[in-house]
Amino acid sequence: MGSTNSTLLKIPNVEVLMQETGFSPAHIIRLHDRFKALDKEGRGHLCPHDFGAIKELAMNPIGDRIIGAFFSPGKETVDFHTFVKILAHFRPVDKDRPKEPNSPEPINSRSNKLKFAFQLYDQDKDGKISRDELLQVLRAMLGMQVTDEQLESIADRTIQEADLDRDDTISFEEFRKSLEKINIDHKMSIRFLR
Amino acid sequence: MELKMFILVLGLLVGSLMPLGGASGSPGSGTGQDECKKNNGDEKNGNKTTKKSFPVLSLNYENVRLPFEISLWVLLASLMKLGFHLMPRLSSIVPESCLLIVVGLLVGGLIKLVGKAPPVLESNIFFFYLLPPIILDAGYFLPIRQFTENLGTILMFAVVGTLWNAFFVGGLLYGVCQLEGTNLAGVNLLSCLLFGSVISAVDPVAVLAVFEEIHINELLHILVFGESLLNDAVTVVLYHLFEEFTNAGTITVTDGFLGIVCFLVVSLGGIVVGAIYGILAAFTSRFTSHTRVIEPLFIFVYSYMAYLSAEVFHLSGIMALIACGAVMRPYVEANISHKSHTTIKYFLKMWSSVSDTLIFIFLGVSTVAGPHEWNWIFVVATLVFCLVARVLGVIGLTFVINKFRIVKLTSKDQFIIAYGGLRGAIAFSLVYLLNPKHFPMRNMFLTAIITVIFFTVFVQGMTIRPLVDLLAVKKKQETKRSINEEIHTQFLDHLLTGIEDICGHYGHHHWKDKLNRFNKKYVKKCLIAGERSKEPQLIAFYHKMEMKQAIELVESGGGSKLPSAMPSTVSMQNIQPKKPPQDRALPQLSKAREEEIRKILRTNLQRTRQRLRSYNRHTLIADPFEDGLDEILIKRKKMKELEKKISQMNNYLTVPAPPADSPSVARARLASDPQAWGLKSVTEIPTIKVELVSPQNPESVKVVDEFSKKGSQPKGSEEEGGLTMRVPSSEKQRKDKTPDEEPQPRFMRCLSDPGPAAEDEDEDEPFLP
Repeated sequence: MGSTNSTLLKIPNVEVLMQETGFSPAHIIRLHDRFKALDKEGRGHLCPHDFGAIKELAMNPIGDRIIGAFFSPGKETVDFHTFVKILAHFRPVDKDRPKEPNSPEPINSRSNKLKFAFQLYDQDKDGKISRDELLQVLRAMLGMQVTDEQLESIADRTIQEADLDRDDTISFEEFRKSLEKINIDHKMSIRFLR
Repeated sequence: MELKMFILVLGLLVGSLMPLGGASGSPGSGTGQDECKKNNGDEKNGNKTTKKSFPVLSLNYENVRLPFEISLWVLLASLMKLGFHLMPRLSSIVPESCLLIVVGLLVGGLIKLVGKAPPVLESNIFFFYLLPPIILDAGYFLPIRQFTENLGTILMFAVVGTLWNAFFVGGLLYGVCQLEGTNLAGVNLLSCLLFGSVISAVDPVAVLAVFEEIHINELLHILVFGESLLNDAVTVVLYHLFEEFTNAGTITVTDGFLGIVCFLVVSLGGIVVGAIYGILAAFTSRFTSHTRVIEPLFIFVYSYMAYLSAEVFHLSGIMALIACGAVMRPYVEANISHKSHTTIKYFLKMWSSVSDTLIFIFLGVSTVAGPHEWNWIFVVATLVFCLVARVLGVIGLTFVINKFRIVKLTSKDQFIIAYGGLRGAIAFSLVYLLNPKHFPMRNMFLTAIITVIFFTVFVQGMTIRPLVDLLAVKKKQETKRSINEEIHTQFLDHLLTGIEDICGHYGHHHWKDKLNRFNKKYVKKCLIAGERSKEPQLIAFYHKMEMKQAIELVESGGGSKLPSAMPSTVSMQNIQPKKPPQDRALPQLSKAREEEIRKILRTNLQRTRQRLRSYNRHTLIADPFEDGLDEILIKRKKMKELEKKISQMNNYLTVPAPPADSPSVARARLASDPQAWGLKSVTEIPTIKVELVSPQNPESVKVVDEFSKKGSQPKGSEEEGGLTMRVPSSEKQRKDKTPDEEPQPRFMRCLSDPGPAAEDEDEDEPFLP
């Protein structure tokens, strides 16, 4: 137990981090170890090509989007805090947590999980998923096996189903509504991070 | 009125059944035989007999006795089913299974009154003929996604729960038997344990029968149902174990250890056998494109062989069947024709329904027939211990399981799971198989089991529906999956896999993703015929959805726009769809939406052409319109693609085309003014036109009009990829729509499956979403 304490002390602002994200010390340490393993050059922060070295991620159709989500716009590096905060989105929801009226919504609430997913679609960050952005995602997921025409039909159909205010794009509210039947708490949680 | 007629028919039927009932031999009383004897006697009496007259009408019942009786029973079962649905009030209170048992009791009682011995549910018949259809139906349509998501929970309940139940009930019963005052001292520990293991298994037949009517939410349904399927392995192992031990006499630790090994062998072996047959079936279905008629037969026979092969080695036949059905389904469905798919679905439902009915009726009859030995204490003790064991087991297991689940089981869920633990015919048949020599208490066991079955089916079955309503348990969601959900679910799957990779954690998603990749790369290529092996599941889902919606559209409202004066080359036109209520099939049946649907139909009919053409001319009457339809559709599709290209390039043409009056004018205009299009593709236009003219004259005109109008529309009107027609006048629009209507009725006709419109969405989910 002594070693864990000393590792914890090495991480700056670890108390704040734990409170914001809700991770336990054991998790923070585990994530810190992973962070250090990814950060091969020991610089204390991660660059895109550190993520790129994970080979399974390279095979993932939306791998580059996921990597992009870690980097705030304009920044080229990810420090440990940001790393943990982003992964906190995928913590399973604590149902037993007492609801304090003044505290901000926890990072792993359903709404924030959905916002994270939405941002992955919405690359230009205008708050809406346009038809082109949807086409890009579909193309990434379906690869070269589909013709453009089929993709466009699917995209059209998707937007038509979800688009309630008829502006030909999907806003966050429409996105949330189209997924209301899916158990996001279950779908977007990794047990490992409980 | 209907009901009275029905009861009359039923009475006649039962009346005819009575003299024929009795599996135990009624003396071979074919009158034919008597006649024969008489004739022989006559001949022997002397040679003065005249030649016997040729029997014009003779009765020989013995020849057809067996098939005749079987058919009568099946007919009785089916008429019963019919009858219950004519009495909706009754069937809403009492579940079908209860009513069927009561009918069985009545029939058994009647047969006994007449003096014959009522037939008992032979274990062979039950296990080889009545049970497999039900299990195959369950396995083929098993919702894989929910099943695998909850596999850990299901296994816990099935294995640990059943073991707990078996030992608790068996042990406590032994304790009761040892008590003074009950003359049950003859029951030894092993018999009690065997009895406990048999009675503790939740029965899939009973669970299905009751749960299907209460439409409970999918999670609970799959938990209880999955448990009832998977506990078969445990039951089989325990049963054989205790049976062997009773013969052997002593138990050692090695025996216990071997028992555990046996369990693993039985369950995993069953699954492997099933999977092998499933892959064989999938592989066979790859080559059936020329013999579509016997496709369903392969499915059924391979599955049945899987069951029988597993039974040969004393492996779990139920698990083999489930594995076979679940493994072969995604590949088989990609290979077989649409009609074969429908055939399989309806045959499975039909067989399982009949089996289910027969099982319950026979349970009732066997109750009347079977040798009974009523012992108050034993029976009551059994009942009480079963209930208590189930409740305790569920509570204890849920406590442990909830530590590992993301979505926890609430106490309401636990109550339903405990309450839904119904026992059924499998337990009865297993006890029936016991050898009375080794188990002198067999009759008492039979009585006890029948009592427990009756109690669970009647009391629990009848009260579960009001309880579900009372406790406001979540019901099944009837709505279908939308394409949004499909896309986003896949997206989230990829996202979670990526995050897991970043965390360095090989979790659920990682392995699922690996399995999917393996499936796509190797397995699909082997087992799916032709180009469909490369079709991503999203596309397959999308096509299915579009097709369903197109059928719905035509059935509900699209057809009402058909003008009455149509060329009658298509006889389908004579079928006038009645005026439908608006907005029945789709929420927003606006013109734009219909247009979009039609456009998608047009583009997708290209693909459905492959499905429509699935019948060999030699085996089925050819559909004379299929050929012409195909060609028209291809040409039309090509034209649409051209139009799109043209219209996208001619953004600035705002001159509306003058309405074309006659074919010659339109043709002349186009032919003489190629600069309007400015593309080389213009030269193709005449060729397309010419070919179209031959099948249908008026149609070609309208198509050409469409073409000309489309090209000259401003780009602003292209909302949906340039194919929406914003024609100024509504009449023209109607005229333009009519050629589009043409393929739909024919399309509808070719895909004739006018069955119940509400298809179960669950079956159509992709394999590993």
